[in-house]
Amino acid sequence: MDGIALLTIFVLSIFVGFEVVSKVSTVLHTPLMSGANAIHGIVLLGGIMVTGSAHDALTLTLGVIATLLGAINLVGGFVVTDRMLEMFKSKKPAQGGKGGAA
Amino acid sequence: MNQSVVQLINLVAAVLFIFALKGLSSPKSARNGNLLGALGALIATVLLFFSGIELDNLAFILGAVIVGGLVGAISARKVKMTQMPQLVALFNGVGGGAAALISVIEYLEKGGEDKIALAATVFTVVIGSISFSGSIVTFLKLQELMTTRPVIIPAGKYVTILVAVATVVGAVWLVVSPTAWMLIALLILSLIFGILFVLPVGGADVPIVISLLNAFTGLSVAASGYVLDNVLLIIAGTLVGASGTLLTREMAKAMGRPITSTLFGAFNGTTAGGSGSGVDRPVKSAGPSDVAIMLGYASKVILVPGYGLAVAQAQGVLRELADLLSEKGIQVDYAIHPVAGRMPGHMNVLLAEANVPYEQLKEMDEINPEFSSTDVVLVVGANDVVNPAARTDKSAPIYGMPILDVDQAAQIVFLKRSMRPGFAGIENEVLFDPKTTLLFGDAKDSLTKVVAALKTV
Repeated sequence: MDGIALLTIFVLSIFVGFEVVSKVSTVLHTPLMSGANAIHGIVLLGGIMVTGSAHDALTLTLGVIATLLGAINLVGGFVVTDRMLEMFKSKKPAQGGKGGAA
Repeated sequence: MNQSVVQLINLVAAVLFIFALKGLSSPKSARNGNLLGALGALIATVLLFFSGIELDNLAFILGAVIVGGLVGAISARKVKMTQMPQLVALFNGVGGGAAALISVIEYLEKGGEDKIALAATVFTVVIGSISFSGSIVTFLKLQELMTTRPVIIPAGKYVTILVAVATVVGAVWLVVSPTAWMLIALLILSLIFGILFVLPVGGADVPIVISLLNAFTGLSVAASGYVLDNVLLIIAGTLVGASGTLLTREMAKAMGRPITSTLFGAFNGTTAGGSGSGVDRPVKSAGPSDVAIMLGYASKVILVPGYGLAVAQAQGVLRELADLLSEKGIQVDYAIHPVAGRMPGHMNVLLAEANVPYEQLKEMDEINPEFSSTDVVLVVGANDVVNPAARTDKSAPIYGMPILDVDQAAQIVFLKRSMRPGFAGIENEVLFDPKTTLLFGDAKDSLTKVVAALKTV
């Protein structure tokens, strides 16, 4: 794709990025950061692409490491965010019974 | 696969990412938002294998994806919720590292003929490496594998500026006359800069830095998308870069600190603050039964949970205490400081884990006017967020941070393990207030004893 088209996408994405998180309560700062962190784990695709076109031992090794790190970021990021948000799911109005201490 | 179809499916993934961020901004839709993001990532990853791009070394690729995915998923499932902030920092760091490596490989394979692509490569290497090494340092700080206080290197300010200038000069040089050695030198310089950048940051400012590094990683992923001619990486990376920057500003605002003082405050040596040693100053301490009596005869109690509560895994006992007081007809609320715990919103997560009713959690602005009419404030494992030095002591590292005004209450009870200062490493004057009673010991132990004593009051 030509440079101007990519630049257009880049600039519009900046505005979308600002816009979507413009109103967020402090309670959600951590999950939002963690979720955004997971999304940039999509760098995994880049890792796969460079590993797929590697032709010597050095680039192959670096590519495998990049893919590995990308996969950790992507999968781990979404899972840990889900775990945080799991806590928010059921706001039972009734106070439950005893227990809860881990 | 037809390239138009591939592009269309990638567009779907990009839209899912936007919905993910949008969803994460509201409590009701947050969990679904995150799942939409995961769905988008899954679609895009599977699509890549069928998109017609020639992929050699398929066994290596699949092996790395599976092992990396398992490592990520297992560590994310196993981590204690108290340690979750440093795991996020670590995930962020490896993402930045991946982006930097990808650009190094692209350079080794393709060289530097296309100057714009080369500039994007250099940008990714620099920003990705800073994010990587910086995140590792924040991880070490939060995991308390190194000191949590700001680390001031002698003449650190000048060293940091020198490294920063060298990095910029190296980056420009590399674009003008590309050599592999220069790329390696730049990689090392950027890694060092990342460390120097985060070392002087201490205490409650660490989460702000994680958020900033998160935005950095986003931008480096976007730039690597340009290098690889992959639109989805550009969109996803830029979305994170932009939203992460805004989030960083919001977090800094929630803590009442301009972002510049967070990042550069420590450079200027403003962290020497904190008053005398306090070791031999008198404090009033009491036993669990005294505290139970104070609580039992109050009519309005506010609980202030802090990170120490979570470390002692005492959320459940605290809730038991709150329930017991409620049964006696005492009004009980939890005062949640925006950065209670180790990150904004961390305490809400930890208390929700212990099934504390959401309605009892009061945010700072809502609860602060209540303290003056409160009989007893019970501070469990919190310190910096109730330290009046933030209001009065200009030399304190937490100066300017909004705090919970516990010193307005009639009586204050601190459950503390010791007289050790909080994460920011400064003395808390409230501890020496005549209205204050201290109950020393492990938070869970102490609370259990108070609960037992309260049952007999």
